[in-house]
Amino acid sequence: MPSCDKRIERHPILPSRETRKVAFTFNGMTLTGVEGEAVSSALFACGIQIFGHHHADGSPQGMFCANGQCSQCTLIIDGVPLKSCIVPLAEGMVVESLEGLPELRDLPGPEVRPPVEVKTGVLILGGGPAGMAAAVELGERGVDTIIVDDKDRLGGKLVLQTHKFFGSVADCHAGTRGIRIAEMLQEKILGMDPVKVWLESVVLGVYSDGTVGVRCSDGYRIVRPEYLLVATGAREKSLPFPGCTLPGVYGAGAFQTLVNRDMVRCAERIFVLGGGNVGLIGAYHALQAGMTVVALAEGMPCCGGYKVHADKIRRLGVPILTSHTVVAAHGRERLEAVTVAAVDGSFRTIPGTERSWEVDTLLVAVGLEPVNEFYRKAVDFGMRAMVAGDSEEIAEASAAMFNGRIRGLQIAAELGLEGVVIPDDLQEKAEVLKSPGGKVFPYRPPDELREGVFPVLHCMQEIPCNPCMTSCPKDLIGTSGHPIMGIPEYHGGCIGCERCVAVCPGLAVTLVDFRRSAERPTVTVPFELGEWLLEEGREVTATDWEGEVLGRAVIRGWKRAAGYSQTLLVKLETEAAAAARVAGFLVQDPSDIQPLPEPLETPLPDEAVVCRCERVTAGEIRELIRSGIRDLNQLKAITRAGFGACGGKTCSGLIRRICREEGIPDDDVTPFTDRPLFAETQLGWFSGREDSNGRR
Amino acid sequence: MAAANYDVIVVGAGSVGTPLAMSLAEKGISVLCVDLKASAGQGNNKCAIGGARATHGEPAKVVLGLRSLEVFRNWKEEHGDDIGWYQGGYTYVAYDSDTMDIFRSNVPKQQAAGLEIRLVDAAGIMDIVPGINPQGLLGGTWSPRDGSASPMTSCYAFHRRAMELGAEFRFRERVTGMEVSGDRVIAVITGRGVYGCGAVVNCAGSFAVQAGRMAGVELPVFPESHEAGVTEPVKRLFDPMVVDIRKAPGSANYYFYQHETGQVVFCITPDPPIPGTDTDETSEFLPLVAPRMTGLYPRLANLKVRRVWRGVYPMTPDGSPILGSVGPDNHFVAVGMCGQGFMLGPGIGEVMARSLSGEATEEDRMVLHELRLDRQFTSEETLK
Repeated sequence: MPSCDKRIERHPILPSRETRKVAFTFNGMTLTGVEGEAVSSALFACGIQIFGHHHADGSPQGMFCANGQCSQCTLIIDGVPLKSCIVPLAEGMVVESLEGLPELRDLPGPEVRPPVEVKTGVLILGGGPAGMAAAVELGERGVDTIIVDDKDRLGGKLVLQTHKFFGSVADCHAGTRGIRIAEMLQEKILGMDPVKVWLESVVLGVYSDGTVGVRCSDGYRIVRPEYLLVATGAREKSLPFPGCTLPGVYGAGAFQTLVNRDMVRCAERIFVLGGGNVGLIGAYHALQAGMTVVALAEGMPCCGGYKVHADKIRRLGVPILTSHTVVAAHGRERLEAVTVAAVDGSFRTIPGTERSWEVDTLLVAVGLEPVNEFYRKAVDFGMRAMVAGDSEEIAEASAAMFNGRIRGLQIAAELGLEGVVIPDDLQEKAEVLKSPGGKVFPYRPPDELREGVFPVLHCMQEIPCNPCMTSCPKDLIGTSGHPIMGIPEYHGGCIGCERCVAVCPGLAVTLVDFRRSAERPTVTVPFELGEWLLEEGREVTATDWEGEVLGRAVIRGWKRAAGYSQTLLVKLETEAAAAARVAGFLVQDPSDIQPLPEPLETPLPDEAVVCRCERVTAGEIRELIRSGIRDLNQLKAITRAGFGACGGKTCSGLIRRICREEGIPDDDVTPFTDRPLFAETQLGWFSGREDSNGRR
Repeated sequence: MAAANYDVIVVGAGSVGTPLAMSLAEKGISVLCVDLKASAGQGNNKCAIGGARATHGEPAKVVLGLRSLEVFRNWKEEHGDDIGWYQGGYTYVAYDSDTMDIFRSNVPKQQAAGLEIRLVDAAGIMDIVPGINPQGLLGGTWSPRDGSASPMTSCYAFHRRAMELGAEFRFRERVTGMEVSGDRVIAVITGRGVYGCGAVVNCAGSFAVQAGRMAGVELPVFPESHEAGVTEPVKRLFDPMVVDIRKAPGSANYYFYQHETGQVVFCITPDPPIPGTDTDETSEFLPLVAPRMTGLYPRLANLKVRRVWRGVYPMTPDGSPILGSVGPDNHFVAVGMCGQGFMLGPGIGEVMARSLSGEATEEDRMVLHELRLDRQFTSEETLK
């Protein structure tokens, strides 16, 4: 009998929550879970990650996106096949694994009302940072607005972001954590009369008659908006490799949902693939949840995410393997190990460089792509529509909020509202906030300084962020470059208030204090992994900004940062010569994250599944492309790649990639034809039932 | 100036043009098939839901349907590739006496044309379609040798076979005109070239009228738009295509079957019809079809719809295709399929190929006579 105790009991950022435990069964076993959490999360908390076996090849399958998109987590819930990641757990639920095709039992359909038509001024698809920011602008101007989101709360991916935001304090809550920003915006929107919030509502299609079909929890609604704003965010890209469908291999976004939303201890040992911000932050979230991250691999010669994010996890002891990729995931019924190899300049793996690690989880974070199919359809059908946030261009949430504000104002103006002014600097700031990490400047910590107190700014990459400058009460930190993008510089005169240490979203500011001792100075470093790791007097291994070991240091105490109570300010006593270079200390013991003595044997890449819905391999697709097929619709007809439950969302990019690998010019390739539904929905939703009183 | 010469040029590589090109090539006739889409069957062939029946009201269509069914049924054995053939039968169900009367009058004619079909009572229908709503069910018809196949893999298979036999295909090429000299079409003009020809066959589906005008022919074909959908796959529920020909507000007949993959595929005929070739999806389809389907087969209410699409039915005044020689001496048509191009295509291909090579049988002549352009268009097909 599995014990259902794989929960995160203590977390450095997230508060523990009041929960009600309920009993349910899985394949006849009685288990307990938290009422209202996703059924998939409840199973993960009981250590169950194999949700069934695919009908095409009998291979095991489990959760993949945790976002209601891919259907890999389908289970039989109270007799009906449903995506378990979006079904809230209830007392007495009977859950069964999906073994092959499900049986459609003779049960009543969903208890919903017949379809209704709804008119509105503006319909916003997506309640993430862009959609919420637009809703605020429209609501403040009295525009009749509906904001639709498929989750049970507003916030989008903000609700998973336990880290502090970049940008500037004045414009976009820099220094505040994403989860808190989501709460603030949600509170504001719920207080606005003109804005209706439809939660747990899934957009199914944009139709040629200018309507949008929405599956709400009480029935199907056909919305006819005057203006449509698509702010549906992004979805994670995928990477095919042998074993990529094994339970235990899933997206970094799915991981953040399990860990930060549902507080499930879903993994013990993790490998992360992808060094963009999502992968880097995913690794950090794993460390915060007390898990071991054996390494992170990035295919490019350097990480695409912010350097401060990469450095932050390096300092805690996570090796980052650049110019590396995953070549295989191993295991029969679930992930047991992963094999990684170095790649050359053309991303071909270099034989002989393979290394394998024992892990239970592989996070795939190989980039995001816009969810913009609704916008494309709206444009095709001549609707008045705009797109905002990641749906338009992948960037940070701070940029999405700005972009959403602008779109809200533009729509208000387009709808003929008088006196709508779009400030000139808004667009300019939105552009700045979209900037990816830029140039890295030479790092010169003040090694020679051996007196007084001073901050060290371990931040040498141009990124859109400046809270250290605005937080200094003496205005001692400035920049010679762009006011937000420029590299921060300390000008002297520090009073040791530690505010710059507390506020920095990149945890890249330390405070060196020689005032008590010139030989054994203290260095204040920010820490977000929990006070339980900070026993006073404990000896730790100090690291420099990029995680290189500097030597030993001793924890001399810690306190909560004023105004940032989840950021702990740790006082380390160190050697004088190293003090200015100390930027953190290891929490992972290098001996715990060693690869296996010998790499495991890797199967042929042709076996990699490209279409996970229909289980079509790269080999099958490559063979057809080589036979001369260029029309993806024909490829789909022959192989069924793209016919599956996800609607070709996962495989279409991968198939194009194989086309490119085969040297086929993009112009020669005819893409898939997009068709609704974009989310599978029971027929009953479109008919509904009358309730017992005959009401419709 | 003709760049190349072909015995026959087929306009359209869809449900009819592709098997026709295959049948012509089988006879050693040099054939070019031209289509504006990127590959075979990408017009309305791929919009067909895959039902294949010989259960029609008109004897000529029964004959074409029976021959097409033989092609589908034997394809895998003869050629190796799987076209998703599933012999699940067709059942037309009756919940009112008018409908039952239509079946009673059709069945003897259908049997005379060689179709294996019988009337069954309500209990019989419940055996054939377990789970069907028994309330008010009177009975229906059962044609066990009808079935379904994948229009897409079938068309791909016919295309590949035609290529093996030497047929040429040109895709992403729009036919823009025909060069007519005296009583003959001498060349077909596309955006990319001019191709000389011994004969032309118009298999242009919903563009049949435009293609016909290029040869100076006016065809009574008018496209109508229908919408279809497909669900997630589940274990087998029932075998046949279930057809309900009753009318309801906003719709005429609708039908659904469970594909070999376990997915339920469904379609409805809007009433009044929606003229035109617009294939953009509407918000009306699901609320129209869902209550009717879940009313007929209640447990479908828990089955998730995966995707919907619209396709075009090139209709004729009487609901039957138009075949044969029309206008210039060497100009032929196989048009106006009324949404049945897929299930009739292989049979039509064979009849037309024999007709063009001067090998028409007596039965072929009966078919071509019944479906000629200058017929009266008076008898309405009851099983459109």
